[in-house]
Amino acid sequence: MATESMTGRETGTPLVKRGLAEMLKGGVIMDVVTPEQAKVAEDAGAVAVMALERVPADIRRDGGVARMSDPEMITGIKEAVTIPVMAKARIGHFVEAQILEALDVDYIDESEVLTPADEAHHIDKWAFTVPFVCGATSLGEALRRISEGACMIRSKGEAGTGNIVEAVRHLRSIIGDIRKVARADSAELYDWAKQLQAPLPLVREVVDTGWLPVPLFCAGGVATPADAGLVMQLGAEAVFVGSGIFKSADPGPRAKAIVEAATNYRDPHILAKVSRGLGEPMAGLEIGGLDTRLADRGW
Amino acid sequence: MKIGVLALQGAFGLHERVFNRIGVTAFQVRTAQELAEADRLVIPGGESTAISKLLDANGLTAPLADRLAGGLPVLGTCAGLILLAAEVVDGYPGQHCFGAVNVAVRRNGYGRQSESFRAKIDVGGWEPAFPGVFIRAPVVESAGPEVEVLAELAGRPVLCRQGAAVVSCFHPELAEDDRVHRWFAELQ
Repeated sequence: MATESMTGRETGTPLVKRGLAEMLKGGVIMDVVTPEQAKVAEDAGAVAVMALERVPADIRRDGGVARMSDPEMITGIKEAVTIPVMAKARIGHFVEAQILEALDVDYIDESEVLTPADEAHHIDKWAFTVPFVCGATSLGEALRRISEGACMIRSKGEAGTGNIVEAVRHLRSIIGDIRKVARADSAELYDWAKQLQAPLPLVREVVDTGWLPVPLFCAGGVATPADAGLVMQLGAEAVFVGSGIFKSADPGPRAKAIVEAATNYRDPHILAKVSRGLGEPMAGLEIGGLDTRLADRGW
Repeated sequence: MKIGVLALQGAFGLHERVFNRIGVTAFQVRTAQELAEADRLVIPGGESTAISKLLDANGLTAPLADRLAGGLPVLGTCAGLILLAAEVVDGYPGQHCFGAVNVAVRRNGYGRQSESFRAKIDVGGWEPAFPGVFIRAPVVESAGPEVEVLAELAGRPVLCRQGAAVVSCFHPELAEDDRVHRWFAELQ
């Protein structure tokens, strides 16, 4: 929610909320479940951490309802690091979001990794001062989230699998459709808005700028420096790594290698150098064998 | 003239876009060789801890210190200010500060994201005021006598110059206003 103070300071405006996403570009945002892991992430050069009780791979394994994390652990992680701290709320659970805002986190992820609280509505994100990131699998889904006030989009991928294939599918879908829409003439725009089920002014903005109105990051399945390089070359502007770091054999060096890969994503010699001797990556999952497809959550 | 934009992490793309818009050639700097080709340099906003580590990883720390000592004109915004400062109060251990501008800064001194803001900045002689966007911005706690304070907000310096180095707490690359970039590109 945008407000102006007595001293003329405007907080919570779209510019201010999207501004932090701009500052995270080219960086890596890491899932952490303890203050110690948050320190490892910061030491490796993470630009932000996502504080949660279980990484997606464990949520997938344990089953049951996944909810917002305990405020105590979020506060503990905030105190452990100086970089921005994000936390997840369930899709549509605006009271979890209110609690996270009261905890003064820097970004809220309205996330399909948690069990949805509303099967028709996402959170009205304009009502908050804290900015939101939301997942998307397609351009239409991304624009719907932006129309609700999301200030950053991340392609969903399939969280907790260590399998990059879904992230690639979603990025290619979003960016491929941006390229197609950008060539549309003024009459075709209306049909695009209908097909995408997205507001016409946002579709027009994509045509005018050739990009989303907010930054596009990638999440879901990144496990190696090469994965980070792949999604960045495909057009992602930064990378979320969930289970891929702390479910690997040696998290610290792998985290640092993924950070260096996100910066030097076009240089195969550097990617080769940072990929050496990192130990076992997280064990991955075939998408076809999954009981639950997290990416299907969200409307 | 070619302006290099340090492209390790952060809002480097936005700076590049502003320069391109005003007809100044800008390019991304990730290696020592690219740094050597820059006539001027921008260190963008981002996370100063991450940029500091990536300077080491990419072998840029010593070459950057050399270029700065040689009087390379440089613009540092937000994280760039932190890296160009002389001292980081309560800084992250091992974080670089190159001392191009004799200021002491405190990271996130303006607060967390909930306190990020936009405000009108009165830069001497500029009409209208400049729209300053502050994102988890650093506070300048003190400035030495050799530092020229070009703008203040609530009694704290927010735009400073020392010789060829210009630093701001705010993000001119986020504003729809290119006066800071034009001024830096023409700085004598």
